[in-house]
Order: sequence, then structure tokens, then C-alpha cells
Amino acid sequence: MSAPQGRYGASLSPAFLATGSSSFAEFLAGHDPSLLPAGRALPPGSAPEAVHGTTIVSLTFGGGVIMAGDRRATMGNIIAQRDIEKVFPADESSCVGIAGTAGLAVEMVKLFQVELEHYEKIEGAQLSVDGKANRLSTLLRGNLGMAMQGLAVVPLFAGYDPETGGGRIFSYDVTGGRYEEHSHHSVGSGSLFARGSLKKLWRDDLSERDAVAVAVEALYDAADDDSATGGPDLARGILPVVVVVDVDGYRRLEEPELDPIVRAVVGARQNRPDGPNAPLTA
Amino acid sequence: MSMPFYVSPEQVIKDKADYARKGIARGRSVVVLQYDQGLLFVAENRSRALHKISEIYDRIAFAAVGKYNEFENLRVAGVRLADLRGYSYDRRDVTGRSLANAYAQTLGTIFTETQKPYEVEIVVAEIGETVHDDQLYRLTFDGSVADEHGFVAMGGNADQITAALRERWSEGMGFDAALRLAVELLGQTPVNGSGETEQRVLTPGQLEVAVLERQRPRRKFRRVAGQRLADVLGVADDTEESGGEVQ
Repeated sequence: MSAPQGRYGASLSPAFLATGSSSFAEFLAGHDPSLLPAGRALPPGSAPEAVHGTTIVSLTFGGGVIMAGDRRATMGNIIAQRDIEKVFPADESSCVGIAGTAGLAVEMVKLFQVELEHYEKIEGAQLSVDGKANRLSTLLRGNLGMAMQGLAVVPLFAGYDPETGGGRIFSYDVTGGRYEEHSHHSVGSGSLFARGSLKKLWRDDLSERDAVAVAVEALYDAADDDSATGGPDLARGILPVVVVVDVDGYRRLEEPELDPIVRAVVGARQNRPDGPNAPLTA
Repeated sequence: MSMPFYVSPEQVIKDKADYARKGIARGRSVVVLQYDQGLLFVAENRSRALHKISEIYDRIAFAAVGKYNEFENLRVAGVRLADLRGYSYDRRDVTGRSLANAYAQTLGTIFTETQKPYEVEIVVAEIGETVHDDQLYRLTFDGSVADEHGFVAMGGNADQITAALRERWSEGMGFDAALRLAVELLGQTPVNGSGETEQRVLTPGQLEVAVLERQRPRRKFRRVAGQRLADVLGVADDTEESGGEVQ
């Protein structure tokens, strides 16, 4: 099959001029499905070992939502990358974190980003938070075949909702199932430990700074008990990726802001390796 | 019984071109001009939802006059092409030049191969790192492309506006001055047959204004409306009351 027209110049083929869809993924599926993350035929047999991303945590605070991810990618027992980034902006008012097969997940995030921007440009308006969460669900559904081969992608989506004036968190399963989470959630291999930590440390009156500290604590706890999750690597200056989404939009915390918070968490663990003590009575 | 008449190819092309030109001249004008911080797009357009000016990609914008359904079709195709290129290569590899080429080929094909040509004229504008890297491509209904410098006016009384811009536009104009100039020229309506013009005062509700701003991060396109527009023009903001069809 020759390359579809329009991709390398020349006249715009009918697919470009067709009316109807404001979805980039739908356009790709019709025009050039080989570019979709799940648009490849799978040979029989199991997939070889691929790079995996690990723990993502997310929690709400007064004015928005925080998402953070550790920096480790593993391939079996090998650390494949020490400074991978697994939390991305989805658009100007939402973010997405990924766990699972890194190659597919990064591609899916890239498609999701284009999908949201494409809709915005064609329709002249932003999708609602629920609309964005549903779009991600649709993209995931296409990946089920891959997931059954062991190449699963598990994203976590969070965004600022102008209608509620706060942050909202959505988790997914490999079938594309979409579940709204309240207050906090975590995905990935270290998520069980992170969730325990979030449960004890999250309060409904957290400030932005405290919420960042809670996210870093949760990632520390995940790294403490899960070999595939990397803790803060102060020797190399590798900090977790922490992003804030609030009324002003998406913002990634830069090193000067994040470094003291991470150092405080790591420092406190020298005295109490298990981290802060939650009170027994509420 | 009817007999098919022989019509020479020259006549067919001329008729199609006249038809398209008439359609384009019926609408209101759009002006695109360079100012010190970027590119400014100004259109007379009473509709808030149906745009003549739009974002295509990070550094690329689109402006059009003529038949709405036809240029909207081209705009959507442009967004698809740009997003596809950016997705399969890299964001930096999406250029105004390749988009202008695709439009030129498409318009050319439609003009020669179909009965009815598109009654549109479009501008593809790309903002560069410096003033000298900015690019303005003007495309007409038959697929011709012109690489313009500094300013472009299309539709309506584009010839008078272009003549006035040639005298009054200067490189390095500020945003306010460029906007006021564009709005003043858009407001000049020729009085039938006399060669004189009549000056109308255009308000924010009758205008569609956008910029490609050099200093902005990644997505350079931004709309300018409401109070900000009213302040620069020195008239009251009447955006709430506006509405109507795209002409």
C-alpha cells in the first residue's frame, strides 16, 4: 500500500475535506490507522519484555489537584531509565500520568494531547472535564488487544473543573473503564503502598504546598516497598515530577520550588524511616 | 431539442474566475498585518461563533473571506494536516509553507476539475523567530499563491484597503496603531458610483480580532475581544449584543 495522500505534501485528499468529526483519533483511524498506538497487527505469542513505568499519585487540595510520578522505568529486574517522565500536561487545564508499558503509554499520551487540542481548534471551545476523561477512555479501549498480550497501559487523569471550582481525578482499567476518584488515587506497581500513605496523610484542608508534600511522602512510601518505583535520587539531583492544576491552569513545579520540599521529606525519614505518624483518633 | 454549444476553454476558465471573484467581493474584508510583536488579523464579522480567523497550529493561523462553508472546510482540513504532520514527525516540522502548498494544490484542483470553483480567498500566516522570518501566503480561488510582505487585505473593497495600507503601514508599527489603522480602513465603505468613501465606526461587537504573538510560549495564537478591544479603539464594548451571519 502506498503512503496515504496528504501526509507528504500534494493535494489534500478527501479524508481531510470530509465533514463531521472533530476527533483527531477518528480521523487517523480512517486516514492512516498505522499511526494509532493500537493500530498494529499482533503476531501470535507473547510480547517480549518492554520498559515499564511505575507509580503515579494524585490528590486534590483546596483549589485544584496535584499529580506526581517517580522517575524510574524498569525492564524486568533492570532499571531501564532513572529519569523518565511519566506525568504530562494533557492540555492547559488538565494532566495525565501513566503506568504500564512505557512505549505505548507515551504514544497514547501524545495522541491524547493532540486529540484535545484538535477538538479545541476545530470546535473553538474546550471539552468539559468529563468529555476529556471519556476521550481517554475511548483511546484506551482500542488498546485492549495489546493489554491482553501483556502490554497494558494504565493512565490516571486529573483536571481542574471550572464548574465545581476544584480538581477532579479519574482512574481507568485496561478495558477503558473510567472511574471518578474522590480526594486521591494512585496507579502503578507501587500504588498499593502509595494509596495507604495517601489515605493516612490526605486531609480536606490541605494547602497546595502541603498537598505537594503528601504526594512526595506517598511516592517515598511506594519506593520504600516496591522495587520498581524509584525514590528521590538526591545524589543525581533527580526529583519526582510534580504538577499542579488549578484555576490558573497547568504548572510543573520547578526544581527551586520542589527541592526544599523533597529534602524535607527525605530529611525527616532519617529520624523516622516510616514517615509521619497519623493520629489514632480523627 | 437542445443542442450543446461549443464553449472555448478560455471562456470556461474566465467565466469560473468571474463567478468566484464576484462571490468574494460581495463579503466584508479581512486585513492581516505585521506589527512589532507579531501578526495582527482583523475582520469585520458580527458572528461570535463562526470565525473568519482561526488557529491552525503553534505558529500558524488562517484567515479567509468568501463562502463560509467552503473556507471552513479548508480550515478544518488544514488543522487535520497540521496535527497529522506534528503527530507523525515533530511539532517543529509543521510549516506554513507546506500548508500553503497543500491549499494551493487543493484549490487548483477544485478550480479546474469541478463545475463550481470555491468562492474563497485565504491567508496562511506563520510567525517566525524574528520579524524577518514571518511569512504571509495569500491564496486565491484558482490555487495561485503569493508570498506577501507586511500586509494583506482580502474580500470586499480589498483594492482600496491595499492601496491605503501601502501608504500608511510601516514596519515596526505598534499593536494599538496597527489595530486602529486596520479598523479605520475596514470601516471605509465606497459610496455607490461616486468614487468617494464613507467612514463607519466599527465597534468590538462587529469585529473579529486575533494575533500571533512572538513572545508567547508554544501556542502563539490569541483572540482579542471585549474590553481590551474597546480600550484600544476608544469605543464602548458592545460584544454582548452582537450576533449575525458571516458575510
